Amino acid sequence: MDYKAFMIKYAEIGTKGKNRYIFEDILCRNINRKLKPLGDFYVRKEQGRIFVEANSDYDYEDVVEALGKVFGIVGICPVVVLNETDFDSIKNAVITYVDKAYRKHNFTFKVNTRRNDKSFPMTSMEVNSELGHYLLEAFPDMKVDVHEPEEIINVEIRKTVYIYSITIPGPGGLPVGTNGKGMALLSGGIDSPVATYMIAKRGVKMEAVYYNAPPFTSERAKQKVIDLATIVADYAGSIRLHIVNFAEIQKAIYDNCPHEELTIIMKRYMIKIAEELAKANDCQITVTGESIGQVSSQTVFSLAVINDVATMPVMRPCIGMDKQEIVDISEKIGSYETSILPYEDCCTTFVAKHPVTKPILSAIEKSEAKLEGIIEPLYQKALETVEVITCRSGNN
Amino acid sequence: MEAYFDNAATTKVLPQVKDLMVKIMEEDFGNPSSLHMKGVDAEKYVRQGRETLARLWKVDKSEIIFTSGGTESNNMAIIGAARAHEKEGHRVITSAVEHASVANPFKYLEEQGFDVVRIGVDERGIVKLDELEAALNDDTILVSIMYVNNEVGAVMPVKDIADMVHDICPKAVFHVDAIQAFGKFHLYPKRMGIDLMSVSGHKIHGPKGSGALFVKRGTRIVPIILGGGQQQGYRSGTENVPAIAGMCLAAEIADKEMDERCAHMKALKDRLISGLTELEGVYSNSGEACHIASISFTGVRSEIMLHTLENSGIYVSSGSACSSNKTQNKNLSSTLHAMGLSPERLESTLRFSFAYDNTEEQVDYAINVIKKELPVLRKYVRK
Repeated sequence: MDYKAFMIKYAEIGTKGKNRYIFEDILCRNINRKLKPLGDFYVRKEQGRIFVEANSDYDYEDVVEALGKVFGIVGICPVVVLNETDFDSIKNAVITYVDKAYRKHNFTFKVNTRRNDKSFPMTSMEVNSELGHYLLEAFPDMKVDVHEPEEIINVEIRKTVYIYSITIPGPGGLPVGTNGKGMALLSGGIDSPVATYMIAKRGVKMEAVYYNAPPFTSERAKQKVIDLATIVADYAGSIRLHIVNFAEIQKAIYDNCPHEELTIIMKRYMIKIAEELAKANDCQITVTGESIGQVSSQTVFSLAVINDVATMPVMRPCIGMDKQEIVDISEKIGSYETSILPYEDCCTTFVAKHPVTKPILSAIEKSEAKLEGIIEPLYQKALETVEVITCRSGNN
Repeated sequence: MEAYFDNAATTKVLPQVKDLMVKIMEEDFGNPSSLHMKGVDAEKYVRQGRETLARLWKVDKSEIIFTSGGTESNNMAIIGAARAHEKEGHRVITSAVEHASVANPFKYLEEQGFDVVRIGVDERGIVKLDELEAALNDDTILVSIMYVNNEVGAVMPVKDIADMVHDICPKAVFHVDAIQAFGKFHLYPKRMGIDLMSVSGHKIHGPKGSGALFVKRGTRIVPIILGGGQQQGYRSGTENVPAIAGMCLAAEIADKEMDERCAHMKALKDRLISGLTELEGVYSNSGEACHIASISFTGVRSEIMLHTLENSGIYVSSGSACSSNKTQNKNLSSTLHAMGLSPERLESTLRFSFAYDNTEEQVDYAINVIKKELPVLRKYVRK
């Protein structure tokens, strides 16, 4: 079928009152960006809807897949555009449309006509019943049901005629860029890419930080995190990944603090550094993939002690999810296969064999006091030697 | 300084090999099966390559099949021979220290209902002949033992094994994975009693994606790749002419320079081992092969030492599994495990493997870097 346009449905944006046009404009911009590599498209707002019109040849499957990754879109309707506006042409086009758009022609339907062009010689009701009549004639196994039809055949008569009925679900959420900026801590595991995706889905532009610790972590582990950020960027738009050299800080903690507290103290430093980077890059929040009880550093006791260093809100969208629920999302967004590559697990030097599960803040602070005078220059150096890589997927 | 000590993983292609391959890709790009001149020109390279290997190995050129590499050669030999002889018996025998491209075809045969026996090794990594003798029975159709172990360089007594197999089970096929022996030993499969022998081009400064399988005349194997019937139907698919020509040229050069190269690599290996094992808690697990040194640095996980050396431009491979991920990486440490190494040495072992172009300076540089880094790294262990 030759679809010349797509009608984009969105939901929550509609509730945003006076700010609505800002949300719509950003959604249009994001759609434009996403489709740019796929052809020449014209994106416009019109009466509470967004139309994407193709001005060049394009690959239908590629475009639907790309639109399916733009947050804020609830539904994508492929539209047949007809330049002739006489009834006979409309009738023939609708029959051809139904013939090609459906594999089987045995469903209940109604025709729903909207007539913006009031000079059209028939009323909407008349068009509905005439088109219904011709469709029944062409497809004897179809039935009209005006109350609960399985399919609604939409016909909009304007300067041109739009015919559409199928809605392909979009990802939902809010357009990225409508809701500030966040700094996600990416580890290379399953949870943090999912957390990044979930916050981006609520319209937040994302950046990310990765703590690199050669020789205790490998170049492949770093590449894996770049790959994960790139996968999330397919939905979230480009993600600037800040790579922090963390090995010296880890060594200092290892040298001076009790080993069962290593992870907690390390994570507190990770949050501190993430906040520094967040502030420097105009972010309002940090984001982690933590989930209650998953590992020793994610007991509520540990989370509370880690969170104590935070001055910005730490968003933890996976916090109440079971592992399987997180895995399900990671499979849906396509990060799972990359997340389970084994490089990261190989370097557990700085994970104690018996870490604390109920750390006490005052005890941790006392241990950290031993780092005074040692850690500051290392901390400064870590911030000064950050490497930034912009991760963007093939088409955004 | 840069020191590439991972030549058992892969080697740098020789310039003359590269030049020949480029010429073939640019000028003699025909399909060797085509009837016209372009095809005939391309076929010439395949024929010459086959003649080269036949001459080096003292076999007939009809006994050589070109493949996409060592993995395919091993798969073709093992699965092909087992399938061809499955009516005569069900026992297939291999060792506990084979490369994954042998071990996994045997695992596949096991799943298909074959009776797989894996022969253990001694503390040097050499297969136990008494175990093999006990395992050989009337039902045995295939024995596959490697020539040189890829992790520690243990050299197997291939001739003795061949004699034993043929004495006890005259109908059994004897396959040898000679991938790490290619270019380091004079391979005369017929004289040694080998029926099937796998080699790979990229371990001897030839291109990746090249390999060969010697199939002794009269040895039955069922092809595992079906198609246009090239290479007497053993291995369908348009021959990879540049890779075949490149590998065979590299083999010819390796053969010509073998004594010189081996003496050089052996000297480097010995220098490295003596320089390192004088350090406390450093042990050698190395076998007799001239190009492979296996060293354990107790107290430092192998990946951490590997990445530390990498930062100084020294490239080696980790011969052991990561203890935090045993189930996933079990296969990687099969040799060290089978040799009965202590867990401490198992997780701290690195493989250094040499080529003709490594130097004494590189070896001394590596020794110095390790001397400097080892005490630092030993401080950071999981507690």
